[in-house]
Amino acid sequence: MSNNNINTNNSSNAILDIINLEKRFGNNLVIRDISMSVFEGEVVSIIGSSGAGKSTLLRCINLLEEPTGGDILFHGKSILTDRKSVSSYRAKVGMVFQQFNLFNNMTVLQNCVVGQMKVLGRSRAEAEETAKMYLDRVGMYAFADALPRQISGGQKQRAAIARTLCMNPEVILFDEPTSALDPEMVGEVLSVMRSLVKGGMTMLVVTHEMGFAREVSSRVIFMDSGIIEESDTPDVIFTSPKKERTRAFISSIL
Amino acid sequence: MSQTFFGGVSFILSKYWSLFLRGTAITLVVSLTGTIFGFLIGLIVALLRTIPVHKTDKPLKKLSVRFLSFILSSYIEIFRGTPMIVQAMVIYYGGLSKALSGLHDVYKGIAAAIIIISINTGAYMAEIIRGGIISVDPGQMEGALSIGMTYRQAMFNVVFPQAIRNIMPSIGNEFVVNIKDSSVLNVISVAELYFMSKSAAGAYLRYFEVFFITAVIYFILTFTVTRILRVIERKMEGKDSYTIHGSQSYSKASIHITSESKSIIGGGLK
Repeated sequence: MSNNNINTNNSSNAILDIINLEKRFGNNLVIRDISMSVFEGEVVSIIGSSGAGKSTLLRCINLLEEPTGGDILFHGKSILTDRKSVSSYRAKVGMVFQQFNLFNNMTVLQNCVVGQMKVLGRSRAEAEETAKMYLDRVGMYAFADALPRQISGGQKQRAAIARTLCMNPEVILFDEPTSALDPEMVGEVLSVMRSLVKGGMTMLVVTHEMGFAREVSSRVIFMDSGIIEESDTPDVIFTSPKKERTRAFISSIL
Repeated sequence: MSQTFFGGVSFILSKYWSLFLRGTAITLVVSLTGTIFGFLIGLIVALLRTIPVHKTDKPLKKLSVRFLSFILSSYIEIFRGTPMIVQAMVIYYGGLSKALSGLHDVYKGIAAAIIIISINTGAYMAEIIRGGIISVDPGQMEGALSIGMTYRQAMFNVVFPQAIRNIMPSIGNEFVVNIKDSSVLNVISVAELYFMSKSAAGAYLRYFEVFFITAVIYFILTFTVTRILRVIERKMEGKDSYTIHGSQSYSKASIHITSESKSIIGGGLK
């Protein structure tokens, strides 16, 4: 396990440093005082009950929600101060959504091509070649010509992962990627994610798949009512958590 | 002249067919052009009105967005809240007539009609398009932003095409409404179908026969346009079949899937 500390000053090889992050919707403090770092090659799982602020944290990191306090550093540089660099930052930090969010007006292939052309400035030929490579990797090459409404949830999620991979992100954020899937489709998405872990991809995963979190994570973060309650190796979190709340949560789900 | 209804109708038609034809042409031209320009006005207004404001934006941007949105919503409220026949009088006699005074009477009428219909339609279109944009799942915008697209790229490549598809029936409806409502522009002497009919009717005082013909023409216009729009809508649904390709090692293999039959037609692994 590469790193268990969440020391925010140590940004030597951290891709992301989250410092005292806070998000408030009106008077509702959804996350508060969250500090953590994500290092290259790490797979960090965030677990916790619904409403703990896991998804909000992930959405803040991708700036789909604007944090109301604290800071987010990408390779040591704050991304909150400069709105102009938001797009290029987002291209390097991929996001996979619970609801897939494939573009409904485009085929699977076009979904993977459009970002490469518009954001990375690749030629169509180059973009299609990259897209086909990643679609093949997630087992969706066969469905390149299908529209999102013509394929299953699991297929959509695999295509969405391919779309993110096409942008060559440095880290991918997974926001409950299997929660909207029928049980028999969860496996195909998890196996794609497992292959990404094997390939050394840096990942931050909000998930309810405890088996998966335990198996692939280098670190597991347990969140409760907006704060990081405990952060440790999967073994510690799942077998001998130090905090009472973590213990209660783990025993309620296992 | 014949005293029977059909005799009257055929007499009027033989005498005034060219008048009806010109009136119909002008009605079609002003309502189509007015709808297109109205769409463009509505598009710009809707895009401006859906610009998101972030807390971190500069105060100047926030202020100008708020000012712009006040102007735009005033435009929408005023033009949706007054009848087009009144708008026509106010705009035409409030300066448009003078501004177009260099033009020949017929063209002046056509130009005035297009301008008034465009402004009026723009107010409705703005709300239709805004509704279309906000009805697209916000996840579509988020998906686009998350791969690094700018708001503008996401809007034009992802959200707007879906919005247009959804509001196509409403856009078509505006066109149909304009075909009929351009008749009120007879008050500023636009030589459209209603105005022409009035002239024809006045000559022999055969109002019933003339306006029966007029009604039939309007109905044929709107009915035809409605059918054409349905065909366009169906085209915009996108293809309902797709081809499954073999893997890269079996690149020649393909299976064609159609949604009606859900059956496999031809192809297959070789």
